[in-house]
Amino acid sequence: MVTLNHYLVLSAILFAIGTAGVFVRRNLITILLSIEIMLNAVNLTFVAFGRALGAAAGQIIVVFVMTVAAAEAAVGLAIVIALFRHRESLNPDSWTALKW
Amino acid sequence: MLFYVFAAVAIVASLLVIAQRNPIYSVLLLIASFGALSGLYVLLEAPFVAVIQIIVYAGAIMVLFLFVVMLLNAPHEETEYDERVHPLLRAGPMRFGAFLAAALAVELVWALTKGGESGAFPSGAISSVKTIGQLLFTDYAFAFEVTSVLILVAMVGAVVLARRETH
Repeated sequence: MVTLNHYLVLSAILFAIGTAGVFVRRNLITILLSIEIMLNAVNLTFVAFGRALGAAAGQIIVVFVMTVAAAEAAVGLAIVIALFRHRESLNPDSWTALKW
Repeated sequence: MLFYVFAAVAIVASLLVIAQRNPIYSVLLLIASFGALSGLYVLLEAPFVAVIQIIVYAGAIMVLFLFVVMLLNAPHEETEYDERVHPLLRAGPMRFGAFLAAALAVELVWALTKGGESGAFPSGAISSVKTIGQLLFTDYAFAFEVTSVLILVAMVGAVVLARRETH
């Protein structure tokens, strides 16, 4: 019997994987991919709760989250391209000029 | 039963996304993970979300990632950097990552032990695209229109950021 808790635990595991990816990986594209994993974990939570509570809002907010994810991916990848043009590297430690 | 299959595929594929050194494999594995998540949405009786997960996420966003990975032509992480200091062994990120992992583990245990409260899903899910579309254009019309502005801003921003400066 699969309950809401199963989906929540799966979502938490996926979110933890995404978080670990952001901190462990030193590649800007992989970090953006990890953010996508986290957004998807949250989407799963929204849909599971929408199903459990019988609300359509759970599915509607997924549409908005996906839009934000698309915008974030487009701008993030544009920044990656601009950074790569300055220095031939995808390592985030190559750009520490704004770090105090 | 099907839930565990999809969950296992999603978790293993996501773990491999993190473990891969070549971003192209990461992107392809993430598409596999999104496919498994789409199956989970079908199990949750949300076919509309399942379809846009495949079309928008796997079809559009991941292709954008794949395009950039191939455009930059720098598929591998700098290995000499990794050999010098393994990212997991660096002090700051390791401590912060360990803290986050511990917090998430506590959260997981808490969610698992709270078992009997939520229980099974009720019957009669809202799964028709008609209902979702109607709500999207009535109750959530303002958010929907704001979303279009967000897309426009992202589009202009991406073009401005990626433009090559002409001297």
